Amino acid sequence: MRALVDTLQTAGRTSRRRFVLGTGAGLALGFVLPGAARASTAAPAGRFAPNAWLRIAADGTVTVVCGSAEMGQGVHTAIPMMVAEELDADWKTVRVEQAPVDQAYNNPAFGMQATGGSTTVRGHWQVVREAGAAARAMLVAAAAQQWQVAPAQCRTAAGEVIHPDGRQRLGYGALAEAASRQTPPKTVALKDPKDFRIMGQPLKRLDTAAKVDGSAKYGIDAQVPGMLVAVMARAPQPGAKAVRVVDAQAKAVKGVKSVITLPSGVAVLASGYWAAKKGRDALQVEWDLGDKQGLSSERVRSLLTEGANAAHANDGAVALAAGQADEGLARAARRVAATYEAPYLAHACMEPLNCTAWVRGDEVEIWAGTQSQGPAQGILSQVASVQPAKVKIHTMMLGGGFGRRFAPDFVIDATLLSKISGAPVKLIYTREDDMAAGFYRPASVVRFEGGLDAGGRLVALKGGVGSPSIMAGSGFMQIPPTGVDAFAMEGINDHPYDIPNQRLAYGRREPGPQVWFWRSVGHSQNTFFIESFVDELAAAAGQDPYQFRRALLDKQPRYKGVLEAAAQRAGWGSALPAGVHRGIALSQSFGSYVAEVAEVSVAADGTPRVHRVVAAVDCGQVVNPEIIRRQIEGSIVYGLTAALYGRITFKDGRVEQGNFHDYPLMRMNEMPQVEVHILPSTEAPGGIGEPGTPPIAPAVANAIFAATGKRLRALPFDVAQLKRA
Amino acid sequence: MPRFTVNGRPVNVDADPDMPLLWALREDLQLTGTKFGCGMALCGACTVHLDGQPVRSCSTPLAAVEGRQVTTIEAVGATRAGQAVQQAWVAHDVPQCGYCQSGQVMSACALLADKRQPSDADIDAAMSGNLCRCGTYNQIRAAIKDAAVTLNRGA
Repeated sequence: MRALVDTLQTAGRTSRRRFVLGTGAGLALGFVLPGAARASTAAPAGRFAPNAWLRIAADGTVTVVCGSAEMGQGVHTAIPMMVAEELDADWKTVRVEQAPVDQAYNNPAFGMQATGGSTTVRGHWQVVREAGAAARAMLVAAAAQQWQVAPAQCRTAAGEVIHPDGRQRLGYGALAEAASRQTPPKTVALKDPKDFRIMGQPLKRLDTAAKVDGSAKYGIDAQVPGMLVAVMARAPQPGAKAVRVVDAQAKAVKGVKSVITLPSGVAVLASGYWAAKKGRDALQVEWDLGDKQGLSSERVRSLLTEGANAAHANDGAVALAAGQADEGLARAARRVAATYEAPYLAHACMEPLNCTAWVRGDEVEIWAGTQSQGPAQGILSQVASVQPAKVKIHTMMLGGGFGRRFAPDFVIDATLLSKISGAPVKLIYTREDDMAAGFYRPASVVRFEGGLDAGGRLVALKGGVGSPSIMAGSGFMQIPPTGVDAFAMEGINDHPYDIPNQRLAYGRREPGPQVWFWRSVGHSQNTFFIESFVDELAAAAGQDPYQFRRALLDKQPRYKGVLEAAAQRAGWGSALPAGVHRGIALSQSFGSYVAEVAEVSVAADGTPRVHRVVAAVDCGQVVNPEIIRRQIEGSIVYGLTAALYGRITFKDGRVEQGNFHDYPLMRMNEMPQVEVHILPSTEAPGGIGEPGTPPIAPAVANAIFAATGKRLRALPFDVAQLKRA
Repeated sequence: MPRFTVNGRPVNVDADPDMPLLWALREDLQLTGTKFGCGMALCGACTVHLDGQPVRSCSTPLAAVEGRQVTTIEAVGATRAGQAVQQAWVAHDVPQCGYCQSGQVMSACALLADKRQPSDADIDAAMSGNLCRCGTYNQIRAAIKDAAVTLNRGA
């Protein structure tokens, strides 16, 4: 059995890689109506389903079908708003539905049906608006035909076509059947943004009511008749082997049906969660950790520090070089050097990872909160040896994703357990297994050196980053020939500051834990590193940290715009209550620019308190400003939790954290006031689920420096350093 | 075989008395609005009312529920406080991922049943046991204050 599942998992990984590489052609998207044929043949009489993205019922209800997963970021509202705008729908009639897996829903941003990288609005910016516009054109054509007038003379507004006489009107519902007989247009024109009625408005989310009365269905809520519940004792590290499993006591627990060993751990299958959990706790498993046996946080730190120092000392893969970094430093009037570090982090989604799978004959059906249902279809077809078309995936609501639910581990395991047991299986990770299961934000160390000229201007910067590679560990990407993992360096090698002499390099080191995408990815630690170091340089130059940055941003109007807006809105330079100090930081990630000012005080025992955060955001054109504000605010909380508490550590090859007592999250009583200001922009939309996270840790650290004169160079903050004697 | 009342309905769950109430609600009674988050009463996602008091159902064994009244998110809207809280949650569009919100609503209802005009300190005290990974705390606070206004206006 072990050999079988090993083979299956290897096949799954291979398949995934092939799948992703094989769909890259989806990037070239002209005007197409994806899924038009499939949708129109499926539409019953009286209903208008011109393409994969929407359908209109005879009663006028507009159902928008969203291919991206809803994990809180608001795509189940944003995508309908984009469709409804060009359709000229009445917003009150718009509903949303989760799409099945279909190539029609591949996100053009990366050619697969998946949700991540803050790409849903950006990726679908053209295609879903064109889908709405095409449907509108067909509705107009149907009305014009009925009235015997030219379509160009008709207007539309709020779900109706308006006759050239300005009085007669036909609702979209009444036109649905006639519209379905029209030929789709070959080209459509999109609205001028000044005519937007829906986009740009702070409309309410479409998923709120179900999330307030308990009726929203998450993966963990899936119900299949006759299903078993599985809980696993997960392998402490990827590649660890269960060399001895004693399961007699587990099997003796009332309700336990079987114990199945997979490469990723030992699963107990039972009639319900509690029996499975008791069975899991009764298992005795001896693990061979292989080369991970000696893994410890001390070893991680020393390896990554060595990588950072080597990359700094002109070794490593060069991510950015300009001028003469060494000469620039040698000529500098003043030099500053510092080493920064950040730990591994778990995503800690509120909903523990889970998946319900039912393998029956040549079919697989799963119910999961997944960010990567498209790739999962290919992977599971290999895992269960069925045709991809026979893998049906129900994308459920996600109780948080943050990148973790992009990984396929939990859907693979549930499918294997159903295949082996022959029963439908709901696999639920305990919180402890969820936290110890790997897929962490990489730990990282950076060695920086900066040089100031006699006037205090930054003229040279050298940096070396020691960090593992997400690309290499992802299973579907490769490090490019330059040797630079883009995720390890992002935020550092693409910093906005005008510095004539630079060398920023990557020293890849692989301590062992499985690394993965974590909200804002490399920016999450790299923005802390560089924005703290720039603050150090400002202090060394004896300059105001806001003005020091501003002077280096003349060629970067969007960075400068958010920096100035945040400073102005926060009242930079104005008086604050005694003991409260400001810090500032900025970042661009996922196509959006964010600057944040934090107001912080430090108690005598060293505990920092963040009172207020002012954020300025330039994310290009806006779909829903309220969702943007909430995403920035939530991203700030996510980043604050990391700055104050976040830390996954290792001892003897094992993760030392397990639940919220030793991996704490920020709570209500610590929540600062947050103000988010969105800058008007005509630029293409940027992402919004992640860009608010990177600046908060350095903004707070810089405020702590202003308050105490102490520079915190490691995450999470070591408050013991701040304790006043 | 513990007997108790859930949302006004007597129930009789065929389970060991050491099984937490959470799993009886979610699996035996198919009331999935109450969520599993940590299993250790650390996150509040599983909050329900036991004789009107908020408890963490993941750490409340069925033996402790014998003969008592349980109210879950599915029925809390039938109470005046529950209705006001849920309406305020909708008006403020509080949820993001939404997974913690059943527990947040249940804790907020219990707070308002206890204090008609909760201060910020009262809200901190009552709500700090409920984690929200999406960071909706400010919206939760605003919604609680709105619900309090509604409840006091109607009194």
